[in-house]
Amino acid sequence: MKKEFRIIADLIEKNSRVLDVGCGDGELMSFVLNNISNDIRGIEISKSNVQKCISKGLTVIEGDAEKDLFQFPDSSYDFVVLSQTLQAFLNPEKVLDELLRVGRKAIVTIPNFGHWRVRLNLLFKGTMPITKTLPHKWHNTPNLHMCTIKDFSNFCEDKKINFIKSLALNKERVLNISKSNLETRNLFSDLGIFLIQK
Amino acid sequence: MNKFDNIKKLIVKDQLKLDCGQTISDFPIAYETYGKLNSKKDNAILVFHALTGDQFVTGINPITKKDGWWNYALGKGKAIDTDKYFIICANVLGGCMGSFGPSSINLNTGKPYGNDFPVITINDMVNAQYFLLKHYEIEKLFCVTGGSMGGMQVLQFVANYPNASQTAIPIACTSNHSAQNIGLNELGRQAIMADANWQNGKYGETNLSPNKGLSVARMAAHITYLSKDALQEKFGRNLQERDDLKFSFDADFQIESYLRHQGSVFVDRFDANSYLYITRAMDYFDLNKKFGGNLSKAFEKSKTKFFIISFTSDWLYPSSENREIVIALNSIGADVGYVEINSDKGHDSFLLDVPDFLKALSNFLNKSYERLNEKRI
Repeated sequence: MKKEFRIIADLIEKNSRVLDVGCGDGELMSFVLNNISNDIRGIEISKSNVQKCISKGLTVIEGDAEKDLFQFPDSSYDFVVLSQTLQAFLNPEKVLDELLRVGRKAIVTIPNFGHWRVRLNLLFKGTMPITKTLPHKWHNTPNLHMCTIKDFSNFCEDKKINFIKSLALNKERVLNISKSNLETRNLFSDLGIFLIQK
Repeated sequence: MNKFDNIKKLIVKDQLKLDCGQTISDFPIAYETYGKLNSKKDNAILVFHALTGDQFVTGINPITKKDGWWNYALGKGKAIDTDKYFIICANVLGGCMGSFGPSSINLNTGKPYGNDFPVITINDMVNAQYFLLKHYEIEKLFCVTGGSMGGMQVLQFVANYPNASQTAIPIACTSNHSAQNIGLNELGRQAIMADANWQNGKYGETNLSPNKGLSVARMAAHITYLSKDALQEKFGRNLQERDDLKFSFDADFQIESYLRHQGSVFVDRFDANSYLYITRAMDYFDLNKKFGGNLSKAFEKSKTKFFIISFTSDWLYPSSENREIVIALNSIGADVGYVEINSDKGHDSFLLDVPDFLKALSNFLNKSYERLNEKRI
């Protein structure tokens, strides 16, 4: 399982109620189900991924996080997970609000557009950056609202969202993000992982 | 000798109060079973059939000599595997394959009930079939499933008996019949009743039957079971065994000939009054209304694990109506999965060889069964 999922799984409390939004082929869900909590559901937009989840015995609803979160009551889950998808929504703010309405806590991860490789790529090549975490070209990327770790931190602060835990992943290294090291983390991290609460 | 003498029947001695107010007892429920009930009695699946289905789900139907209606999905090694599970399917109340219905003989008159048969509902059908669980002394089914009207019975079953099944798979159905659904059913009923041979429902006392009317009803309904694309692909504007239009009302087009054939074979196996009664039961189905406009309340007491399946090209019971059920379940935190299967075959997709559908069905059943057994250890 990829490092990002291990970190997310570590943030989820034992036997809590979990909703994995955009659960893909259910890799994280399977791990959580077998090790942390058997009360986990997923939402996934891709039919082939939904089939993969069903074949693993996971409870998944085919649906679009942007449209379908309304049906879940307030605070109906302890943890709502959104992995590297926030930037792909038409309206990320609305989705984030919904995550924090449905979940008592949310775990959101974002690919960091502030990484130095991304910055150099645009500065010197003059083309939209393509990196390991951002593998698409400008015309076929699903990412509509790219942001940096700093952008996301500022955004949550403006929205009065509380950070319980902010982690930066750089290759295999996991580091804490704080106000004082934000600029550095923003420059050297591939991924930001945030445990947040309204 | 009656053609139904040699099929399985449970004579229900208990009284069953119907939604219309009448009470029935000593009535037959014809059914069939497949596979073996294990000693723990935890592998039983109750399958509900659709409007024109019957208890003969798979293999050869001994009465019609035709293939069972769910041959693709259910059988040895199939999605619903008869090597693993014990399957029960009953002919619905009001049906014409041996269960108590309008063609049954009224012992008071010695004649078929015809339209003196009480108007029945999906709720009545489900309650009648529940007697089979008692008969087999099954405390908890592993699964209840069915497509179309079968799916409606699944929903009603869980509402009536919240913890009588571990899992429920309603397929291509709705929680309440839409105006379009009712309108289409009414079209079929009017076709039957407009046939002079219907004789106000008393044709069973004569040697005539409203075959024309029933056949037109089937033709109209058949169109609703397919998608526009599927019809276009299969028939287009192809002509039937001719090079040019005949400038007549013969079946010039293949689609006409096909529908006429579907209509004519249907009357051999189905009773016109049963068609009236069962379509009426579907029209009356409104689980939302029954629970004060809040469908969630129907499932509030249930711990049943739901898996809902719809098909992209089904315009009779579209995905949007199936999603309403998902939403109702999610809003009470019920255990529910949902998948919409890509298929151009329309509403009939659930009866056909649609690999993604069969794969989802089999995976859900087998993984759920594994998990239930793991839990117990």
